[in-house]
Amino acid sequence: MDIELAKKFYRQMVLIRRFEEKCVEMYSKEKIRGFLHLSIGQEAVAVGVMHALKDEDTVVSTYREHGHAIARGVAPERVMAELFGKAEGCTHGRGGSMHLFDAATRFYGGWAIVGGALPLVGGLALADKMQKRDRVTVSLFGDGAVAEGEFHEVMNLAVLWQLPVLFICENNLYGMGTALRYAESETNLARKAAAYGMEARQVDGMDVFAVAEAAQKAAEEVRDGLGPIFLECLTYRFRAHSMYDAELYRDKNEVEQWKKKGPLVVFQKRLEEEGLWEQIGADAAEKEAESTVDAAVDFAENGTLEPVEDLAKFVYSEEVMHG
Amino acid sequence: MGEAKETTYREAVREAMREAMKRDERVFLMGEDVGHYGGCYAVSMGMLDEFGSERIIDTPLCESGFTGAGIGAALNGMRPIVEIMTVNFVLLALDQIMNVAAPLLHMSGGQFNVPLVIRMATGGGKQLGAQHSHSLEGWLAHIPGLKILTPATVQDAYDMVGLALADPDPVLIFENALLYNEKGMLDTQAEPLPIGKASVARSGKDVSIFTYGISLFKALEAAKTLASEGIDAEVVDLRCLRPLDDETIMASVRKTRRVVIVDEGWKSGSLSAEIMARINEQAFYDLDAPMERVCTDEVHLPYAKQLEDAAIPQPVKIVAAAKKAVGS
Amino acid sequence: MSEFVMPSLGADMESAVLMEWKVKEGDPVKKGEVIAEVETSKGVIEIEVFETGVVEKLLVEPETECKVGTPMALIRAEGEAAAEAPEAAGEPEAKSEPEAPPAEAPAEEAPEPRVSPEPSAEVRASPAARKRAAELGVELSELATGPEEVVHLEAVEAAAAKGTAAKPEPEEKAPEKKADEVPKEEVTPKAARKKEAPEKKAAQEDAMRQAIAAAMSRANAEIPHYYLSTPINMTPALEWLEQRNAGRGIRERVLPAALLIRAVVKALEHVPELNGFWRDGAAQTSESVNPGIAIALRRGGLITPALLEAQTLDLDGTMQALDDLITRTRSGKLRSSEMTRQTVTITNLGDLGVERVYGVIYPPQVSLVGLGRITEAPWAEGDALCVRKVMHATVAGDHRATDGRTGALFLDTLNDLLQNPEKLQ
Repeated sequence: MDIELAKKFYRQMVLIRRFEEKCVEMYSKEKIRGFLHLSIGQEAVAVGVMHALKDEDTVVSTYREHGHAIARGVAPERVMAELFGKAEGCTHGRGGSMHLFDAATRFYGGWAIVGGALPLVGGLALADKMQKRDRVTVSLFGDGAVAEGEFHEVMNLAVLWQLPVLFICENNLYGMGTALRYAESETNLARKAAAYGMEARQVDGMDVFAVAEAAQKAAEEVRDGLGPIFLECLTYRFRAHSMYDAELYRDKNEVEQWKKKGPLVVFQKRLEEEGLWEQIGADAAEKEAESTVDAAVDFAENGTLEPVEDLAKFVYSEEVMHG
Repeated sequence: MGEAKETTYREAVREAMREAMKRDERVFLMGEDVGHYGGCYAVSMGMLDEFGSERIIDTPLCESGFTGAGIGAALNGMRPIVEIMTVNFVLLALDQIMNVAAPLLHMSGGQFNVPLVIRMATGGGKQLGAQHSHSLEGWLAHIPGLKILTPATVQDAYDMVGLALADPDPVLIFENALLYNEKGMLDTQAEPLPIGKASVARSGKDVSIFTYGISLFKALEAAKTLASEGIDAEVVDLRCLRPLDDETIMASVRKTRRVVIVDEGWKSGSLSAEIMARINEQAFYDLDAPMERVCTDEVHLPYAKQLEDAAIPQPVKIVAAAKKAVGS
Repeated sequence: MSEFVMPSLGADMESAVLMEWKVKEGDPVKKGEVIAEVETSKGVIEIEVFETGVVEKLLVEPETECKVGTPMALIRAEGEAAAEAPEAAGEPEAKSEPEAPPAEAPAEEAPEPRVSPEPSAEVRASPAARKRAAELGVELSELATGPEEVVHLEAVEAAAAKGTAAKPEPEEKAPEKKADEVPKEEVTPKAARKKEAPEKKAAQEDAMRQAIAAAMSRANAEIPHYYLSTPINMTPALEWLEQRNAGRGIRERVLPAALLIRAVVKALEHVPELNGFWRDGAAQTSESVNPGIAIALRRGGLITPALLEAQTLDLDGTMQALDDLITRTRSGKLRSSEMTRQTVTITNLGDLGVERVYGVIYPPQVSLVGLGRITEAPWAEGDALCVRKVMHATVAGDHRATDGRTGALFLDTLNDLLQNPEKLQ
């Protein structure tokens, strides 16, 4: 057990957890508006997957992407500022929670149409392949996206053209309010990808070590040109789909059961079993997370608003952005 | 200035793509049947042999998938030309165009531009029935973030490919399918008229006819008839539906004070309505008569020839509209 | 001490009903703990508290609907003394955050009321023709060859080229405001007269005559007129008016013409059958009383713009409106509604010395009220003979719409009002 790595994993998961909890508070106080989709319970997937990536790799996610963005390296203060709609946000306040973009970390969004970004993923990988670059494009999406036509189109294209994509399916068992069994004839999602001839695997999405290991291995294979890989992460969200959701579609007990095997709990149990829990510095991690999140809120509070006169900016490019 | 030679619209497009691909290795063509088949309208005939299957890519039938792939490739350093076989199939890719390509620059706060070119065949008049006869270029011109080009002449068919590829933002090019065989003069060295500029195809003083695409030729034919009856029509080729060239349009309205718009889309909520609204906003006091327009009748185009011909704009309808506008 | 408020849970959530408190006063709470259940349009949702401490006070009873942001409880933070006065919450309330100004459209100008340049706003002309006509001072109404005809630019330019006089009245409101109109009005007629040859002026007047002739012929032909007349003792009204005006500045004084108009309007309220139209074979009374007031134009001719909604004006209001109407008529700034919405016409040729007016009704109106000159005349009061200021009032009525009885009732009412002028306030 690499204790330094374990500490890093823990710190990141705690940071994401506290960040998301702070978002609940900020939303309740109307600092954050619109839609807010939290990844509480799914921290292990974000942290484990991002660990497997290099700087030059590309990440495409969905609207439940705060954890992905932070784990990828987008500064929490820039994420919070974005949620507050400030110009200092990573998307200059124009995107909000569902549209986090960051060119510096090759974080290509933040997308609100379920499955809508999957074809884009194919294209990003196609370009890497054409330009013979050693990059992996990581595509994160949920179980709901698997029903969309775009999912199937990109599965086919990815295998057909041998595109260097690592497809991460965060299966948290529910679309917005519809359990997987009401949405899919085949609920074993890895089998769907396999039907396209893709290498498809499953992993326990609550165990950050398992996720990291599986993602690492898969990313290496993709990078080596062995074709796209589909990694289904079995996970669960502890909160509702979004803030305004009475969760009429699932049982409270089910939620409680999953909380008992959540990523922080699983992590702690594992480290305790190995007698290494004390070395993790959980208190320090909590304090650090608290201060980072508080600083992020301050940064966001003190941010500025993009002037209304600039509304029409960036409809078209003013100059060529990248060659 | 080079020499102008006569060529077909189809060959002009092909030539432009070939030149672009030879010059810039980032350019590639992707679409249904563009490779082995040689292109549904034979536009890319021979290009697979010339450039190979890595640059001339036959896609499966997945408009959303391959349009999105084009977007992704453009984001990541390539200069793809996506060919959607006809505008009738663009509906399958509409989410990618409207929700991914068009908004991305604005939505990402200026971080990510999409230098993508999408080419499509468009138009009716070939007895292909309701699902294969749409003219949706005006409808797509509603969307901010896109540029919409409608080359009518052989010269523009050539020039616009290059202009589109040089543009840092998504550009859609609409080629009327009935134009591919048309012959015209092409000077590959000529300085192209930029995106957003309309062109006065025929100068006149009595009435302005604004149009684009294949309707340009119908308007020019109508202008001949009108001339023989003493009405001197000015015919303006819009060339670009988004952005529209307000300056050229209003200058023409100021000159003739009478307007006819020829638009192959259905008139309700159409490009012709948009142009009329702009003329109302910018040149109301110059009008000497209500504006007229000739559009496709509000029907999905039928198969039977006489019905289809009656539904779409024709020179005789343009003549009638022009006469009404001048009050004769 | 901090306030726990009703949280916002969604963009379209305005309020929720507190269903149940999960804590009591005095209970300790931890950050993230569920503190209550609230009912929203989407169902019952648990809401959580964002700090650790003790529930000091519950401010809201169950079954109460609370708007988002309503304080629901007070939470005493860990280590805080119990009796402290409530502090402002650590997080500023949502409202105190500098709010972005709502995305405003670029400052819109109030739409300028469209002003027609000339009295005969029924002329159909293209925008270019109107603009040019205004610039050249061409009278559009002279160019329309019929009600369905549209005047085009060519006609205006041809007319101007023939050298017809520039109108004395300045132009319609173009987007740029023109310089001070009144001096121009003084200048132009002289300049115009200098330039125009006598034949051309006659030609212009002739055209107007033709138009009037056509209109009047039509009215007389179509409408079966009846006429009634009555003398009215104006002395009480005029004395009353004089007293009322005494002690008022010039601007607040009411002229007899306004008093008469007010009386007619009020009389029409009592006899509404005379205020309206004959259309499609039926009488239509109008709720609004918009009397067309005959006003002489300096260059000759008569125009009858409407005093709109006169029934809503009191005596002072009527005077102000009349003043304004005359000013604008003389400066050519009438609104098209004033030219088209008359419901009755009042013609007062008294100042020309005419005793009685038997006018021709303007279709589709159904009556015309004529007011003659006020003269000193013998008047019987009781058994005695005296001299009073007497005015003859006439009414011409469309016999299809009303009969003599109605007309008589109207004149009777008019007389009564003028004998009791305080009713006209």
